[in-house]
Amino acid sequence: MNDLHFPTRRTLLLGGLALLAGCDHQPRASFKGVDLADATYSGAFRLQDPQGHERTIADYRGRVVLLHFGFTQCPDACPTALARAAQMRHLLGKDGELVQVLFVTLDPERDTPQMLKEYTAAFDPSFIPLWGDPQTTKATADNFKVFYRKVPTGSSYTMDHSLLSYAFDPRGHLRVALRHNMAAEDCAHDLRQLLA
Amino acid sequence: MHRCLIALTALLIAASVHAEVTVQDPWVRATVPGQKTSGAFLQLTSSTDATLVGARSPVAGIVEIHEMAMDDNMTMRMRAVKAIPLPAGQAVALKPGGYHVMLMDLKETMQAGKTVKLTLVVKDGKGELEDVDVEVQVKPLGSKL
Repeated sequence: MNDLHFPTRRTLLLGGLALLAGCDHQPRASFKGVDLADATYSGAFRLQDPQGHERTIADYRGRVVLLHFGFTQCPDACPTALARAAQMRHLLGKDGELVQVLFVTLDPERDTPQMLKEYTAAFDPSFIPLWGDPQTTKATADNFKVFYRKVPTGSSYTMDHSLLSYAFDPRGHLRVALRHNMAAEDCAHDLRQLLA
Repeated sequence: MHRCLIALTALLIAASVHAEVTVQDPWVRATVPGQKTSGAFLQLTSSTDATLVGARSPVAGIVEIHEMAMDDNMTMRMRAVKAIPLPAGQAVALKPGGYHVMLMDLKETMQAGKTVKLTLVVKDGKGELEDVDVEVQVKPLGSKL
C-alpha cells in the first residue's frame, strides 16, 4: 500500500510546485541594469518643459521614458550619460523613436530652461529637459532617492550626484535603473525588454 | 683645469635638462551659450619623472585639475587635485571617467571645430616649473571619447 502511495504523493508535490511557478505574477524581465520591481520609491515628477508646460509621466504614455538627473555645467558624467542615451536610441533603430529621453536638472539656479534646451538638443533634438524650482527639484530627487549636493570649487561650485538613469515602461511604471558604467548595448537591451 | 670646467658644465647641462612632455589628442567639450564650465581631456607623456601641477587658459577665468570618482552607490564625486604624477615614459590619460582639466568661468562659448589655447604647468624632478602650450580642439557636446 505504502509503495503505491509514495509515487502518488511525489507526483502531487511536483505538480504543486509547477502550479506555484505558474502562478508567479509574471515572468520577471531579465535586466542588465538594476531591476526596480521592488523599489520603495515612486519615481513621480511634475516639472516644467522649456515651453513652460507642466510634465508628468502620464504625458509620455505609450513610450519608454529614460530619465537622467544632472546639470549642464557637468564636464564629464552628464555629457557621457546623454551621449550614451543618444547612442541607445540609435541602436534601437526604428524602435528608438519610442524612447523619450528626459534630462532633469539638479542645478535649477544656474540651468535656465533655454540653456537646458540648447544643451540637450546638442545630443539629440528629441531629448526634453525638465526644470523645477529648488524645492520641487529636491522633492523630485527624493522620489528617486537621488543624492546631490553642491561642492564649492574656485569661486563657483560643482556638484556631486547619483549617476543612474531611470527607465519607465510604456505604461508609466518605473522599471529599471541603468548604471553609469553600463555599455550602450546593455542599456539598449533593457529598453528593448520594456518595449516588447 | 680648463678641461675640468668643460666637463663640469656639460654635467650641469645634462642634469638641468627639462622634462620633455608630449601631449596627444587634446580636446575640450563644446558648450552652449550661458554654460560657464567645460572639461578638457588629453594624454601626457613625460620623458623624465614629472608632475602636472596646474593649467591656465585665456578662455577661462579659473582652470583646475579635477578627478571624477564614482562610489558603489553610483554617486559621482568631483574633486580638484593638486598634482598628477607623470612617471617617465608612461602615458597618463586625462579622460572621461577619470581626470580632466576643468575650465571654469568661461569667457566665450566653446564652439565645435575651433581650437583654444591651454597651458599645462609641469614640475620636473628638480622642482622646476615648465609651461607646456597646447592647442586644444573643441569637439561636439555629444563626443564620447
